[in-house]
Amino acid sequence: MNLNATIIGQLIAFVVFVIFCMKFVWPPIMAAIEARQATIADGLAASDRAAKDLELAQEKATAQLKEAKVQAASIIDAAKKHEAKIVDEAAGKAQVEKERILATGHTEIETERNRAKEELRAQVAILAIAGAEKILERSIDAAAHSDILDKLVAEL
Amino acid sequence: MSAAAATEATLTSQEYIKHHLTNLTVGEGFWSLNLDSLGWAVFLGVVFLTIFRSVAKKATSGVPGKLQCAVEMVVEFVDDSVKSTFHGKNDLIAPLALTVFVWILLMNMMDWVPVDLLPWLISLATGMDMADIYMKPVPTADPNITFGLAGGVFFLIIYYSIKVKGVGGFMKELYTQPFGHWTLYPINFILEVVTLLARPLALSLRLFGNLYAGELIFLLIATLGLYQLPLHFLWAAFHLLVIPLQAFIFMMLTIVYLSLAHEDH
Repeated sequence: MNLNATIIGQLIAFVVFVIFCMKFVWPPIMAAIEARQATIADGLAASDRAAKDLELAQEKATAQLKEAKVQAASIIDAAKKHEAKIVDEAAGKAQVEKERILATGHTEIETERNRAKEELRAQVAILAIAGAEKILERSIDAAAHSDILDKLVAEL
Repeated sequence: MSAAAATEATLTSQEYIKHHLTNLTVGEGFWSLNLDSLGWAVFLGVVFLTIFRSVAKKATSGVPGKLQCAVEMVVEFVDDSVKSTFHGKNDLIAPLALTVFVWILLMNMMDWVPVDLLPWLISLATGMDMADIYMKPVPTADPNITFGLAGGVFFLIIYYSIKVKGVGGFMKELYTQPFGHWTLYPINFILEVVTLLARPLALSLRLFGNLYAGELIFLLIATLGLYQLPLHFLWAAFHLLVIPLQAFIFMMLTIVYLSLAHEDH
């Protein structure tokens, strides 16, 4: 072991290197590492928040879907009721109309029958006279026998 | 090369090892410099700082490049080691630990350079005889380098002890431990000074011893002729463990000693 001034040289180099490292190497590298750590921490926090937001949004969507289903069901229910009402009303109206038409028909038929009856009555009188003329082979004074004819007509 | 090989062949293995364990030195007596150790140490320190500085200059907090990733892994490893041991607020200890760790790691890695490679390259480049070339490229296998490093740590221990506890507090710590009675204060002082001095000594000798032994075994294997190849491989593989471990131990103990210096008893 030959100790010599190399010790002093090495000591000086050591001091210079350590000072250089302390001033120009360590701080920028450490700053970069710490900045990146902060960025990563922020990113992780943001992703956590996003996951929570997503969960909330999903819950909200589910709730809204449920509400929409309930609303749709109630709307369908109301529509069905409305439909039934319309059908009922239409049926009622149709019934009334039917009865009205039937009534009109009946009256018309009655009138027609009465008119036909009257006509028949008139014609029966004429036919009766004609028949009687043929039987008696002479004319009958319609005026003279009108009382008999009237009686006949009334009997018809 | 043939001339160099012929010269090598005439050397006994003892002379060969001794030759390889001699530093390239200028100067006389104490005032001489081991140019190889110091040169490689400074070169490797500059390599470390150049790489890390280039990363620090364009360090981005966004997506890092591959080199930045690698550098950040080292920085975070050192930072975790410091934070797990030292709990005070000190802007020096973490960069100090980083410098110590990476620099010593690089210096230890010189152990993997084949022992004759550098002298051979120099002889090819300059035409010098290999017997005249002295090149010991592992700086941490030179006690001067490890003492230099440990000396720096030792001064920091003293500096922070006095800064945190004051001169009085530091002296009180030296005299009143471990025995409380005043008659035993001289004995306390001797014990504490030995403890204090043992720290840098153990720190530097551990590193030096490990790497010097590693280098020595490489040299011994190199004298074996053809059988050296598998043995070199085994020994180099073993150094996959030794090299980072010694760098880590030096860094960890530096942190521990400095955190002890910060503790007020």
